[in-house]
Amino acid sequence: MSLKHVNAVVVGAGAGGGVVAKELSEAGLSVVVLERGEWVSYETHGVDELINQRTTPLGNAYGPDDRSPRVVEEAPGKWSVVMPNEGAYSNNAACVGSGTVSYGAMAWRFMEKDFRMSSTYGTPDGSTLADWPISYGELEPFYEKAEQEVGVSGDMSTNPFSPPRRRPYPMPAFPYNREGLMLEAAARRLNCHPFPIPMLRNSVPYGGRNACVHNRYCCGFACPNNAKNGTHNTVIPKALATGNCEVRTRSIASEVVVDDGGFARGVRYFDGDDRAQYQTCDLVVLSGGAVETARLLLNSKSHLFPAGAGNRFDWVGRNLQGHAYSGAWGEFADETFDDVGSGATVAISDYSHGNAGLRGGAVLCNEFIRPPYLFTGVRPPGSARWGKEHKDYQRRFFKRTVTVQGPVQEMPMFEARVQADPSVRDHWGIPVARLSGHRHPHDLEIGRFISAQAERWLREAGALRTWRSVPGPGLSGGQHQAGTCRMGDDPRTSVANKFGQVHDIDNLFISDASLHVTNGGFNPVLTIMALGFWVGSYIGTAFKAGRIK
Amino acid sequence: MQKTPPSPSEGAGSALPSGDGGRAMTRRTAIKIGVVGLVGAAVGAGATGAIARLSGPRQPRWRFLTGAEASLLADICDQLIPRDDAPGAAETGAVDYIDRQLCGPYRRHRQAYRQGLDSFDRTCARVFKAPFASLAPADRIRALGLVEKGGAPAELWGDPAQQAFFNMILGHTMQGFYGSPRHGGNRDYASYRMLGLDYPQLVGQDRRGKARS
Repeated sequence: MSLKHVNAVVVGAGAGGGVVAKELSEAGLSVVVLERGEWVSYETHGVDELINQRTTPLGNAYGPDDRSPRVVEEAPGKWSVVMPNEGAYSNNAACVGSGTVSYGAMAWRFMEKDFRMSSTYGTPDGSTLADWPISYGELEPFYEKAEQEVGVSGDMSTNPFSPPRRRPYPMPAFPYNREGLMLEAAARRLNCHPFPIPMLRNSVPYGGRNACVHNRYCCGFACPNNAKNGTHNTVIPKALATGNCEVRTRSIASEVVVDDGGFARGVRYFDGDDRAQYQTCDLVVLSGGAVETARLLLNSKSHLFPAGAGNRFDWVGRNLQGHAYSGAWGEFADETFDDVGSGATVAISDYSHGNAGLRGGAVLCNEFIRPPYLFTGVRPPGSARWGKEHKDYQRRFFKRTVTVQGPVQEMPMFEARVQADPSVRDHWGIPVARLSGHRHPHDLEIGRFISAQAERWLREAGALRTWRSVPGPGLSGGQHQAGTCRMGDDPRTSVANKFGQVHDIDNLFISDASLHVTNGGFNPVLTIMALGFWVGSYIGTAFKAGRIK
Repeated sequence: MQKTPPSPSEGAGSALPSGDGGRAMTRRTAIKIGVVGLVGAAVGAGATGAIARLSGPRQPRWRFLTGAEASLLADICDQLIPRDDAPGAAETGAVDYIDRQLCGPYRRHRQAYRQGLDSFDRTCARVFKAPFASLAPADRIRALGLVEKGGAPAELWGDPAQQAFFNMILGHTMQGFYGSPRHGGNRDYASYRMLGLDYPQLVGQDRRGKARS
């Protein structure tokens, strides 16, 4: 039985796909969203410290499960199959809303220089660092839409490095918690410019939903009172309310069908009963995240694109990046823990750019409240890993340890990549993603600088002992995965144009972090949402004008 | 909610000795178990010295582990997170946690536990000429440190390698003791109490009043 033809199929109901689905539905297009996961809620797992999206020894609360393995090159030539709850997997989530259900919800705009990294700093050897084909100014109205429509609490009045904005945030900033107050005062003494972290979380009732009640655990968990704003409780319900949109859960996309004329004709997928289905449409938008979107393109082979859709010049899957998280830990004499969630409240952007000899940097923030199990791995170098001494440390410092860290902007690497694995297949028989490559050495230089600033900040706040944390040289990705289908003006060095339209396939679009040329020194989700509005707005207008068929 | 089987370990400490060998429970053994239940947490189940061999009959209270394996594992867990003025790992269900996961997400670790515990038992016999349970506290720490650092006789270890085995048990014990009690460990919120975390949290309670305290 064939499915009813629709105007648009959106693959993935996450940060990008949710926004695009709403934009297209409101523009009058009929839309089917294919989401591999399900609708989830707080009640699915509650506060389970061993099953959530942050600490996952017993599994991911919000998917995916072991039916979706990946392959990772752990050492040169050594390929290992990894499951979604292992760190090397680079998981995000698999559910309606994807990572936005359980994220920490920091709501950053990238800065103007983040869109012009190559012009600002020059491209280092071994990197594919480049400018975005769009400027901050072009994206600014769409950042604003994301802030207003999804809902952000914030106040940038004390951050002189904040990029220009036309409208203030729709909700006031959250107050500082105890750590935030200590660190704010210390930052001022260091002549830095602290400000409250903008959050996709309600500081006051907004959008018909509640204000945050500051549970202990937020990052990694769904919200029990719906005060955290993801696409699952904002734009996707709006899309459904138009009557034009259907969200089809447990739907595993396997291939975008591209005809001999170079047009996408539909998407093949497996439904919840593992039956093969084919949804035809006028246009396709891929929003599966940097790993899965690249994998789907690579698995979509056709006469015109034998190496995968949009992959004429071997750029699909390239430049996989995340963030080189760097920071420091500090032990304090008095309790710093006040049990007021989410815990992350204060930031400085003084080291995002303008660091001598370095290309970029990172925003620095205090961290979300850590579950005790996660804290068992937090120790100064050389500490006991077990026994009485380990237990004593847990007891003494669980409430007296603060960490400050930042998402260091990475230099993209052509060899850091996603491929379709030649032999390993998932439960549905689809070739899995395989990940390989490593970070650029400059990322670690920036990381060392950023961790030194974090350490200085903690000491000024009164830390008695501090130690630094800098990532290793291995492959990046993780929840902040980006870059694998770069947008650009030149089809030979990018996958899509500046509207997310895949070069040579006019009715195939991408709307997720795959498009990011660079990933900013900030958590990327608000930029993904802004791009969703940007791409969605373009498609809506172009489709109605008859320019996409 | 995820369904988890009810804990079979009602009552006494988590790793009762299996010394009865299947005899019908007499009034005397019942009293003995009761006493162990009261003080067993402090002395550790293996302190009775009743376990001689790892290949003993499987005890019905465990899902995967044999009684002897569970007893040895409890003794190991109690070194990783020992009792002091707060409870230790075994008495708060670390072995329950691990045994339960070995029939769930950790099914893939079954062979590593079976083989690794046997290798560890033979390591103690070879190096210390005694079962782990009868070693003095300092030697128990030494025995585990040997395996942690990869210093045990190599011929006694295959798959799992000794350090991988140690790291596996260490990680799982930490999960059991410091993780959510619903999985079998951290009984009575022992680690949360130790850390001074109120639990269970009242979901929906507005904690903003605390923000500026």
